[in-house]
Formats: sequence, structure tokens, C-alpha cells
Amino acid sequence: MISAIFAENLTRRFGQFVAVDHISFEVPAGQILGYLGPNGSGKTTTIRMLLGILHPSEGRAQVLGYDVVSQSEQVRASTGDMSQKFALYHDLTVWENLTFYAGMYGVREERRVREVLYELGLDEVQTQMAQTLSTGWRQRLALATAIVHRPKLLFLDEPTSGVDPLARRAFWDLIYSLAAQGITVMVTTHYMDEAEYCSLIGIMRAGKLLALDEPQRLKDSLPGQVWEVYVDPLLPALEMIENHPAVRHVGLASDHLRVITTEGEPIAIVTKALSEKNFQVRTAQPGIATIEDVFIALQ
Amino acid sequence: MINRLISLIRKEFIQIVRDPRALAITFLMPVMMLILLGYAATNDVRNIALAVLDQDQSPASRALIAAYRAADYFQLAYVVSSEEEMRQLIDNNSARAGLIIPPDYSEQVNSGRSAQVAFVLDGSDPTVANTALSAAILIGQSQSTRIVTQRLERLGMSRAALSPIDVRTQVWYNPGMVSAYYMIPALIGQILQFLTTLLTATSIVRERERGTIEQLIVTPLRPWELVLGKLAPYVIISFIDMLEVLIAGTILFRVPINGSLILLLTMSALFLVTTLGIGLLISTVANTQQEAMLTTMLTLLPSIFLSGFFFPLAAMPVWLRAISYLIPLRYFLIIARGIILKGVGIASLWSEIVALIIFAVLVMSAAASRFRKSLD
Repeated sequence: MISAIFAENLTRRFGQFVAVDHISFEVPAGQILGYLGPNGSGKTTTIRMLLGILHPSEGRAQVLGYDVVSQSEQVRASTGDMSQKFALYHDLTVWENLTFYAGMYGVREERRVREVLYELGLDEVQTQMAQTLSTGWRQRLALATAIVHRPKLLFLDEPTSGVDPLARRAFWDLIYSLAAQGITVMVTTHYMDEAEYCSLIGIMRAGKLLALDEPQRLKDSLPGQVWEVYVDPLLPALEMIENHPAVRHVGLASDHLRVITTEGEPIAIVTKALSEKNFQVRTAQPGIATIEDVFIALQ
Repeated sequence: MINRLISLIRKEFIQIVRDPRALAITFLMPVMMLILLGYAATNDVRNIALAVLDQDQSPASRALIAAYRAADYFQLAYVVSSEEEMRQLIDNNSARAGLIIPPDYSEQVNSGRSAQVAFVLDGSDPTVANTALSAAILIGQSQSTRIVTQRLERLGMSRAALSPIDVRTQVWYNPGMVSAYYMIPALIGQILQFLTTLLTATSIVRERERGTIEQLIVTPLRPWELVLGKLAPYVIISFIDMLEVLIAGTILFRVPINGSLILLLTMSALFLVTTLGIGLLISTVANTQQEAMLTTMLTLLPSIFLSGFFFPLAAMPVWLRAISYLIPLRYFLIIARGIILKGVGIASLWSEIVALIIFAVLVMSAAASRFRKSLD
């Protein structure tokens, strides 16, 4: 079976700056790939190369079996893309926006436009100008324009930024239903909780793909152990152990410290060091690793 | 492919209709400019307000005043009783010229001597002053010729012997020398340039502002389809505007179209390729619609002043005239005026046509390649 996405040493330079640095990965069809990384880490550049609108400086990639450079036309015809800007025409109605993008993909049947409107619940606002829509509705319309031509692969570039939590949840339900129809989805985000909804997670930083795996396996592979350390006073304790050799990372979590120990080091070394400096260590209990922990540990 | 183009063009028209401001600019501006330029920006000076101080009050002085009155150039606006009064009228712009007939005018005329009359002129507007001055001298001369003729006829000489040289002037192409005839072809060129440049630049920049142009790139739409789809609506609009100006010009100012309309339309299309290219170029430079508008204005000024639109190229210093060769509108104006006023064809205009073709090819290919790069 052909992978939905296949990338090998994919690299893009802008002058001296390496935006994407030799990344290789493969995504089987029907998966939801969450692509995590801070702004400027190369997520959007990766998507643009996979869409065939930006040529790789090095390496190669195939999307749905098509080469992104030599077969970019087929790539564009069979993929959908929704950018974080929600590229809509504000002076056109919902219906007109969707019909227009359908036309760009050569979709002429009104039936399909109606179907997508209904599927995304946009039928009730179809005569409204895009301008007058709330951000949540605009997000849905942008998604509608990206799927109106029944793409097999959907790129979503930070689709939920600036959308309220309720609309975000509803949007993820839509993504699930698309995936259930067999559409492969690659979604970038910097919301860690959203990453947990994905079947695969890629973590990018400074142009490098640090990891790409199933969420649970990523968590299992976390080097070291997560500990919730209740200690007083909190902030000086954090400052003290920040550079301790047995501590891989320490962060503040409401009323306690979240400590990731260096692999093979017991937490006792840390608590002992704290006690010696007259900190009141109340308890230290093992915590459950999250994607955020993995993300932080990989830095 | 053709379906994608139709979709794009249809969308463009919906957007044009949805923007009443742009729509008003698009369809009202040409006629507004035509009326403004046709009536106001005319160099034909008529009805100069004249103040007359007749200190003689005789049949002879009244005959002289009647001669001034009879000419279109002057309008007898004030009859004053003192030089002071005349000065005031000229000072506050009520009168632009004054005629002073001395008390001994009829006595001098009747006794066969040379009578002196004074003509006072407000020189602050050189166009008006020039016309008034030459008109005043001409009217005075013809009046004195008439007096001399009357005297000599009384002595029994024939009329023909009195004017040994008779220059019969004949003006070709615009016999009435009506400024509007000269202005309307120019206006067509200027409107074509302004509208196409402004509309294409802003419509493309608007898509860039909204991020929709990036979205279009990820669709199977090809770059040249995008360019064609964005430009085609404005070509159609420009042609409607051009016809609008032509029809309004024929109705309001009775501009005769002496040459081939087909040739005029073909040449307009050729000129449009250049101006659309300029619009496309501006869209690759400007980041906001305001910037696009300002840049359009910036390109508009030299084309108005250096194309021979208002000011004759022949009157310009050599270095400025050299620059005018870089202004595409210059060639189009020669072509449009040639076809509309002179009724000439390709044979007389081929050098301008070749220049226009060169511009069209250069500007459009530069614009297209820059535009393509701006998409990456």
C-alpha cells in the first residue's frame, strides 16, 4: 500500500537559513498526524514542500504516491489545504466562497457543494457574507473549501489558533469524522492537548524532526521519569534544582514542581539535595508522562 | 481549465459588484473626467469679462465698443465712469480686461488722425491674457481698417486695392480648433491606463492581503490562468469605459471619429496589455491596497504630464522630451488622436504602433515573471 506521505531527507534552505533540515518520515493512509513545534520550527515550510508549491533544496517527498516536484499538479488536485489565515473572500457569501473554491478544483456539481455545507453544518449560514461570520464559522468554511473536492490527504496549518475551546473541540470532531472516511490528515498545532487526539505525533524544532511516533510510544520512550514534587517554598526550589545533574527538566505546575529526572537517576537524589538546603519536601510522587513532557524532554 | 477561468472571472465580477465604491469609480469617473476636462480644462478662451470706460460717448466710440462686443472673446460686463472704478473691478477679478476710450476719440477719428484707445489687461493668467491681447489688437485693427476703407471709398477707391495680400487660412482636422476634440482621445488613453492599472493592482494586492492568493496556488489553478482570470474582467471593464467615453464624447462634445473604430479598438487592446502589465508589476511591489493606489498615482503623474496629454511635447525642453519616449501613453495618444481626429490609418502610425508593441511585450513579460516569483 502506498503511504499517504513519504519524505526522505527533505530539506529547504532560504539563503543561509535552514528552515527544514533533512527530515525523513512516513505516514500510512488514514492517520491523523499531529505536527508539533514552536513558531518558525519549519512546520509550514514542510507542508508547503509536501503541497508541491515550494521546491525542496535537497531530498525528496511523495504524497499519495506522487512526486511533489515532478507531479505537483496531481499532488495539488488530490490534496486539500487549510491555512491558519482562513483564506476566504470576505465580500462573498458562504455559498459563493465554497462554489468558487469548488470551481478551482474543477468540481462543478452543486450537489457536492450542498453536501459539504450540510456535513459541516454550514447550511444555516450559507447566504451570509464571510465577513459577518464568527471565527468558529470561518474556520469551518475554510475547512469546507479544503475538502470540497474530496481530497485524500488534508493539510491543516494551525487550524484552531484563535478559536474558542468549544469550537476547537467541535472542529476536532470534524477531523475525526474525516479520518473515519479514510482521509489522511496532517495537522500542525502548538496546543499540546490537541496533539493527544492524533494517531501519530511529530515533534519539530529548528528545522529538525526530533521524533515521530504514536502518542503512547512517545510517552513510553520518555527518557527518565516524571515526578510531582510538593515542596516549600516553590520558586526558590525550582531555581535550585534547575541545574542539578539528576534533573533533566523542571517546570512549575500550579502548586508543585514537575520534575523529569535524568535517565537512571532516582528522585531521592533531588529531594535530598533540596532538604539539605532547608527546603520542606512534603511528597514526591511519580507522575504520568504527557506529550508536553515528551516535547519538553526533547528540547 | 476553461471552467477554472470562468469560475475565477465570475468571482471577480461578483466582488466588483459588491464594492459600490469601486463600481462608482469604475463607471462614473470616466464620464466625470470627460465632463470636467471637456468643459473646464479647455484652452478655448471665451467671454472674457470686459469693463469699458467710454469718455467720448459718441457714435464713433459706440461703434468701437460694438466691434468688441460682436467678438465671442469679450463680454461687455461693466460700463464704468472712472479709471479708479475699472481698477477695482480688475483687482477683485470681476473684470479681466478694460477698454478706455479717451474724450477726444471721435474728434481724432473724424479729423482723419490716429485716435488712441487704451486696453488694460490682467496678465495673471497667461492663457486668458494671451487670447485677450491678440483679440483686442485684432478687433482694433479691423475696426481701423474699416474706418480707413470707409474714408477711401468715399474718395472713390476700390476695396480690392486696399488689401494687397489676402491670407486665407485653412485649418485641417480640427477646423474649429476645439480643445475637447484634442482632449477626448487623450482622455480615453488616460482612463484606460488609470483604471486598468489601479483595478488590477488593488485586486491582486487585496488577495495577497487576505491570504487568498496563497490558497489559490495550492489549487490546480496554473499561474497563467490566475493572471488571465484576474486581468480579463478589467479588460472588459476598460473597454466598456472606453466606449462610454467615446459615446459621451460624441454626444456631449460632438467629437467626430474620423478613422476606423476597429483600428482604434485594436490599438486600445494593445495599449491595455502594457497598462495591465504595469498594474501587475505594481501588485508585486505593493503590500497593501493603499500602497498600490499611491504607486498607481505615482506612475500616473509622469504619464499625464509627459505624454502630451495637456502640454504639447513640442514645447518641452529636450531632456524632458527624451524621457517622454519612455511613456507608453505618449504613443497611444498620437495613435488615438491620429485615428479620431485625422482619420489616418496604420500607414501613418506604424512607428508608434511598433513602439507600443515593444512596450507591451517588455512590460507584460517583466510583470509576468515578477508575478510568478512573487508567488513562491
